[in-house]
Amino acid sequence: MQWSDEGIVLSVKPHGETAAIVDLWTRAHGRHMGLVHGGRSRRLRPVLQPGNHIDAEWKARLADQLGTMSVEMRRAFAAEAMDDAQALMALSSITSLTRLLPERDPHPNLYEITLFVLGFLNDATVWPALLVRWEMALLDELGFGLDLSQCAATGSNDQLIYVSPKSGRAVSASAGEPYRDKLLALPQFLTKQRSGAVTMQDVSLGFALTGHFIEKHLLLPRGETLPQSRARLVALLAA
Amino acid sequence: MQLLARLPGLGPRSSRKAVLSMLKRRNELLVPLSEALQQAIAKIAECPVCGNLDTVSPCSICADPRRDQSLIVVVEEVGDLWALERAGVVSAQYHVLGGHLSPLDGVGPDKLNIASLVGRARSPDVKEILLALNATVEGQSTAHFISDQLVSADVTVSRLAQGVPIGGELDYLDDGTLAAAFKARRKL
Repeated sequence: MQWSDEGIVLSVKPHGETAAIVDLWTRAHGRHMGLVHGGRSRRLRPVLQPGNHIDAEWKARLADQLGTMSVEMRRAFAAEAMDDAQALMALSSITSLTRLLPERDPHPNLYEITLFVLGFLNDATVWPALLVRWEMALLDELGFGLDLSQCAATGSNDQLIYVSPKSGRAVSASAGEPYRDKLLALPQFLTKQRSGAVTMQDVSLGFALTGHFIEKHLLLPRGETLPQSRARLVALLAA
Repeated sequence: MQLLARLPGLGPRSSRKAVLSMLKRRNELLVPLSEALQQAIAKIAECPVCGNLDTVSPCSICADPRRDQSLIVVVEEVGDLWALERAGVVSAQYHVLGGHLSPLDGVGPDKLNIASLVGRARSPDVKEILLALNATVEGQSTAHFISDQLVSADVTVSRLAQGVPIGGELDYLDDGTLAAAFKARRKL
């Protein structure tokens, strides 16, 4: 068995003195583990940083085996983000949450979106809103997408300002008014009627919204909570 | 042999070789090694101030009045402290964190010596905290976290530079190091 693909490094575990087991999210083969000989060497350590975009070649005798991987750098997203605390938290949050994807199950659309978001981590005016959208895409990809197209109660698509924490569907201002304390706020940049600049308050509301559903649908069933990097990022952005 | 094989750098084969060698040279190797290990167990302890390993408490670095008391160099492991001491580039106080933040491995801020660092940083003698942490995602995430924790302390927080290593050729450097070196360029 053998393939060549590009991928994003999700995590790296040391194996023995010099090797490393890499969790790589590839475009066509999904999340795939592999043993990288010399993965802890001075040459490969910079390549095998979580968040980096790399080329990989995987080989194994049988498809079920861990297999060995050889890697080469495409773009060092990790090094680009290291100076910026928020960008680094965003990168860590993305790699942590991507590990929720099942192994060896390709998600090419989400992969493209992820590369797009990583490419903007050097522009703090853009990536926070993109990251919220990325989390929505993650939910969508895993079958828990939010329906923000029309009001769950009335079917209208005007003044959608709430989201039901149970169904993940949008609720209009008038229909949601009696339950406003129980509903999640829907920032306008996530709706089709989006207009104007995205404020940090919008982004915080967006993270609260996606965080609720990621925790409810993806993490709590596994007995996990939201990654610390994400919690710190949200706190930093709100400050 | 099984115990030795657990040590870093030693596998089953090399541990077998080491044990056989010690058994052959019982008086020259095995007995002194055994005594040295006994002494290490009895005497070496973690410094309550900085987390370094030494036979005295506080450690000889913390107790040395000739060192710069205004600078604390923060490192991940004792091995990093030894590397800086070997290089002899700084004569300051140290603080060993005991690792880096790694949520995937369950290492949070409470498992590192961060609270004691914040306490030390509040001392009026301390003017600067130098974060000499690894240039990895985990190391730099830890550095940013500590930097946030030190906001309330009246100290300058700095970190090691990143860039072209001595003897390094640009053609052989990875993109990330080149980008860091480019960002950190300075006027000649």
